[in-house]
Amino acid sequence: MLHTVNKSPFEKNSLDTCMRLAKAGSAILLIEDGVYAAIKGTEVEAKMKAAAGDKKLYVLGPDIKARGLDEGQVIDGITVVDYGGFVDLAAENDKVQAWL
Amino acid sequence: MNEDEMMEEGGTIKKFLYVNRRAPYGSVYALESLEVVLIGAAFEQDVSMAFVDDGVYQLKKGQDTKDVDMKNFSPTYRALEMYDVEKLYVDKASMDARGLTEEDFVVPVEVLSTEQLAELMEDQEVILSF
Repeated sequence: MLHTVNKSPFEKNSLDTCMRLAKAGSAILLIEDGVYAAIKGTEVEAKMKAAAGDKKLYVLGPDIKARGLDEGQVIDGITVVDYGGFVDLAAENDKVQAWL
Repeated sequence: MNEDEMMEEGGTIKKFLYVNRRAPYGSVYALESLEVVLIGAAFEQDVSMAFVDDGVYQLKKGQDTKDVDMKNFSPTYRALEMYDVEKLYVDKASMDARGLTEEDFVVPVEVLSTEQLAELMEDQEVILSF
């Protein structure tokens, strides 16, 4: 299944709870303020790298760009997707859980 | 699909899970979730509710909203049974973190481990988040 997270990891625990309850092999897509979790050099980087071991991590490129960040700053192991990629993920997975 | 799985109109019954992660009165999410749960039940869907993070506070006994001028909707959780909404699940980690036990809740619930809750979500056809 696909999990989406749209809140900053520094504002809310949505990402933590998502990580705890997402099973190995599931896909997690960071969107809107959730993209801050995908950037290198933050307190959550280690957590994201660990999660990349057994989950598929994605981040929405347009939301990175909108926030003055660059795709080059994305942590290794997290795949940048565009809106078409978002649609593909939603279509490939049997259901979507939105962590708000 | 057998007859039991079909509604009279021929619609399919799906497994709906409503995931509640917010405390009851600071925002309208908890109340809105209840409204949507009742809609799901009215359409005879297979409804479950999960309470995670601050969502566990929705079930706390003894809510008294007289002085804040808001409707105390906690009795509604006890009425869900009448709408055949009987599957209420509480995340043990969230409950423990807030110093709560099953005895603190207005309704009987099933307390689930992280693994069990992950499995419950996997088992659904539709998940709605509040």
